Amino acid sequence: MKEQEDAVVFMGRVIKDGVAEGEALVSPEPIGFLGGVDGATGLVTERGHPLEGQSVAGKVLVFPGGKGSTVGSYVLYQLARNRLAPAAIINQESEPIVAVGAIISDIPMVDRVPIARIRTGDFVRVAGSEVTLWPAGTRAAE
Amino acid sequence: MYLTDEEHAWLAGDAGPATRRALEIVVTLARIYGAERLIPVESVQISGVSYRNLGDAGVEFLRHWVEEGARVRVPTTLNPAAMDMVDWNTQGIDADFAAHQQEVLALFSAMGVGGGAPVPTCTPYLIGSRPRMGAHVAWAESSAVVFANSVLGARTNREGGPGAIAAAIVGRTGAYGLHLDAQRRSTVLVKANDPPRTIADYSALGALVGRQTRNAVPYFVGLPLDPEEPLLEEKLKALGAAMAATGSVALYHVAGITPEARADPQLAATGETLAVGPLAEGYAALSDPADSDAADIDLVWIGCPHASLHEIAYVAAALDGRTLRIPLWVTSARPVKAVAEMQGLVAKIEAAGGRVFADACLAIGPVRELGYRLVATPSAKGAYYLRNLAQVSVQFAPLDACLEAALR
Repeated sequence: MKEQEDAVVFMGRVIKDGVAEGEALVSPEPIGFLGGVDGATGLVTERGHPLEGQSVAGKVLVFPGGKGSTVGSYVLYQLARNRLAPAAIINQESEPIVAVGAIISDIPMVDRVPIARIRTGDFVRVAGSEVTLWPAGTRAAE
Repeated sequence: MYLTDEEHAWLAGDAGPATRRALEIVVTLARIYGAERLIPVESVQISGVSYRNLGDAGVEFLRHWVEEGARVRVPTTLNPAAMDMVDWNTQGIDADFAAHQQEVLALFSAMGVGGGAPVPTCTPYLIGSRPRMGAHVAWAESSAVVFANSVLGARTNREGGPGAIAAAIVGRTGAYGLHLDAQRRSTVLVKANDPPRTIADYSALGALVGRQTRNAVPYFVGLPLDPEEPLLEEKLKALGAAMAATGSVALYHVAGITPEARADPQLAATGETLAVGPLAEGYAALSDPADSDAADIDLVWIGCPHASLHEIAYVAAALDGRTLRIPLWVTSARPVKAVAEMQGLVAKIEAAGGRVFADACLAIGPVRELGYRLVATPSAKGAYYLRNLAQVSVQFAPLDACLEAALR
């Protein structure tokens, strides 16, 4: 692990308690899981979405919030069953679809974090309400 | 947020993993919406029943929750399925799809929904689930939510699919939104420049208002309604369903008609006024151009939300002794269909070549897969979802026009 001074710590609001870490995958746009993410492959399938074609599996998935049908919660559950779920989820402001999805899938989740400070490729650890960020290149995955 | 000792114990797992998970969902949603506590609910209406919407992901989760011991703690009803649970074969549904849909219903039965024998319908208020004025409930299904709030004066937010199941398992929901007095005041005064007459006209009016007001609380003045008229509930059901589908209206008031407007004349908004009309614009807004790829109407659908006995009787009288040129389907709650059968109404519709299906909703069914391309319906909500979910072309038209199109 690199020196602590490389890390930035944010305090968010716990949506689903837990500890997880991984590489950040950041979307500036909301994500609609029903029809937007394939539960069988973990790939973002919504046409024209900034993350189209990328896998959410094992990533700390960072996006403003959810959109679309409430049935989208179940897609997160299917991802988890297929071991393709994000390691953790960070939202700007949580809404019911993703929040319920995280709870039923046991995915650690926080919101009310300044997500504009996080870039794809940064290393992020979520522990309860605490989000620790190591900018890309300052800490290798263990 | 304040939680009772019992709620703390449930969160710690004292009532088992299914209750713990359900309460986690309810508490989290309550926190997101700023509730200070939970409140008991008297009934729950579950949405997300169609296998076509749930998919394998949803079924997997429901199965998991049942295995964890999920059981509802309050009387719970549920939304329509994608097919008639008895007559799916003659509806044209294939056996593989039917098996998945049957499993979904079996899982809800195992949870104790409908006392273990769930009756799929979007109109629980037509089959005995009628919360009294002021009662707190947790209903999903936007058309039932707006009916419960507006026509019955009960109190519910628009619950989501999994959130409603969670509320049923714990018998509680967050005290926020429309559970609170302050949120039930009207926010916009609505005047209909083109007075609606028929049930479908109220649907067209709702489509116009829903598009322009989103999640407002409309207060209607000057509607030609009589508190004693026999079709009052059908008109209010159509108005609310249309606003809930095309906007996200969950509550409206009608001067002199709906219970909260009658109890408190001061509910009328003092701010913005919205003048709407003509109704023809409402019909046109949800109809595909006549020159679209599907040239001719190949199905008429009546019963969105599920048809009442009055609505079935109207169709039966119109079709009596005549022969339909194309299929005409009426969808309804099974107990309402049973009464219609006893009164000979179903026989009249079937003699003309029409069908009355129970349990089902076409908007969430495989309409396109069944080969239909252009569906006519007198329901704005039906038109909206046929286009966006079932992905077929639609003509939204007055009921008499739909019937004539099928008879011509």
